[in-house]
Amino acid sequence: MDFKVGIAQIAPALGDVHENMKRIERCIERALDEKTDLVVFPELALTGYTLKDMVPSVSLRLDSPELKRLMDASARLSIAVGFVEESPDYRFFNSAAYLEKGRIVHVHRKVYLPNYGMFEENRDFAAGSRFRAFNAAFGRCGILICEDMWHPSAAYVIAQDGCELLIALSCSPARGAQSDGDLYSADAWQTLNRVYAHLFSQYVVYANRVGYEDGVGYWGGSEAIGPDGSVIARAKQFEEQFLTAELSSDAVRRARISSPLLRDERLDITLRELKRINREREQ
Amino acid sequence: MNAHTEPTPREQDDPLWVNPELVLPLLEGFIRDEITKVGIPNVVVNLSGGIDSAVSCVLAARAMSPQNVTALMLPYKTSHPDSLGDAQTLARQLGIQTMTISVTEQVDPYFEKFPDMTPLRKANKMARERMTILYDQASALNALPLGTSNKTELLLGYGTIYGDMASALNPIGDLYKTQVWQMARHIDVPEEIVSKKPTADLWPGQTDESELGFTYEKADRLLFHMIDRRRSPEALERMGFEPAFIQEIERRVKQTQFKRRLPLIAKVSMRTIESDFRYPRDWGR
Repeated sequence: MDFKVGIAQIAPALGDVHENMKRIERCIERALDEKTDLVVFPELALTGYTLKDMVPSVSLRLDSPELKRLMDASARLSIAVGFVEESPDYRFFNSAAYLEKGRIVHVHRKVYLPNYGMFEENRDFAAGSRFRAFNAAFGRCGILICEDMWHPSAAYVIAQDGCELLIALSCSPARGAQSDGDLYSADAWQTLNRVYAHLFSQYVVYANRVGYEDGVGYWGGSEAIGPDGSVIARAKQFEEQFLTAELSSDAVRRARISSPLLRDERLDITLRELKRINREREQ
Repeated sequence: MNAHTEPTPREQDDPLWVNPELVLPLLEGFIRDEITKVGIPNVVVNLSGGIDSAVSCVLAARAMSPQNVTALMLPYKTSHPDSLGDAQTLARQLGIQTMTISVTEQVDPYFEKFPDMTPLRKANKMARERMTILYDQASALNALPLGTSNKTELLLGYGTIYGDMASALNPIGDLYKTQVWQMARHIDVPEEIVSKKPTADLWPGQTDESELGFTYEKADRLLFHMIDRRRSPEALERMGFEPAFIQEIERRVKQTQFKRRLPLIAKVSMRTIESDFRYPRDWGR
């Protein structure tokens, strides 16, 4: 199957869901103009990142009018978007929804909430507890949010669950300019994206935001990586941009013929050894 | 590396080296973004003739249009004439607005009332007078006061709280002094400013490095490994830093922590500002 993906590298307005809905809907129009089948938005695209005590006031239930509007829009193209999800029992998750054909196909709740250095997401959010691939128009897809990508187990589980297109959403801050090369953040993410694409013979579509919040700059550099680890498209740094990339199931197929890593993966050994390690840790 | 000399060919091997090509758009974007969000389209800077305010000023002039930047020159009667001259040269080069206001008339009557004032008290008083002018002119010019404190000063507390440390936004507060020098060379700050000995110009002949008792280059190298790289005192000693110097810098950083925080608030309620009432500064922007 051939499939065109759009990545909306935007700068969300901090704490302003109404404004962000407008911006997102404009990007959806653009995505339709560009005839993309899927448009991907960054982590917390509906709210901005540095929310702190604003979290409960910008959260959305899955049956909220805002998500309903996006669900309606998904009749025309698929949408992956980050938002603050409020659960029926009043917990708040850093979530991403995959919307397609007018319905919510999948919601991923960020599992690994960074709580160190400049991050304090554990203070503001509840943590998710699942890594699942899901069936979508393109094939099996998976969603991971920012810090989830830094835990190879998350990408591994989703890959073993059959993923062909891994969608990674982030709010990655620009930091570490101590080199003659790229930003520390850009180097690290480009490595992660390429490794996961290549090792799991899958597409990785990475949507990072731009803009500043409280002096922190988000560096952008959204990209689409092919199942052979090659960079298909990469957005500029620090600027809003609508990036597109053509994906094809055939490229995944050929990558898996050329390097049958998934075929040869020994899930039984992995499970046995992980259980042993877990047992030994508990002792 | 001596900051007063040309960069060495292998400068990029130095961990203190930043990539100016990356840092420049980041800092320009920071200024542009904040003024846009706040909706105040101008900035005002106290331009002393030294390297820090020069770099802040150039960044602002690049990030915005030069006519949106006003440099205030606020000399005292003992200020070195070169300070004013260098500031004027830079302002002309950038095409920014300038305003010169002497603080002498403002501080001397106060100094006369307290003849036993130490040079440090006088210096702090002058820094705070300059701050009041900066904030008043910011109000008059519909401008945001731009900060000029670098990371070295902030960490060592080598500045006046509510004086030169006060600003609305500070583009260079995460750059060590040696990195400010590096950026200055990259953005063509006039050579007279780059090569002069750093001084707060608080009294004739003063230099920062003689007052501090060590060079910025030496302090920055230690601070970088201590703060940015989180190395323990033992690891720092193994790297060749003298134990007494490590202790001295640690002491300064700890002792001046109050300068880097808002005043302490006694907790009474269930929701106290800072501790459990936490919003971003860009709240609603």
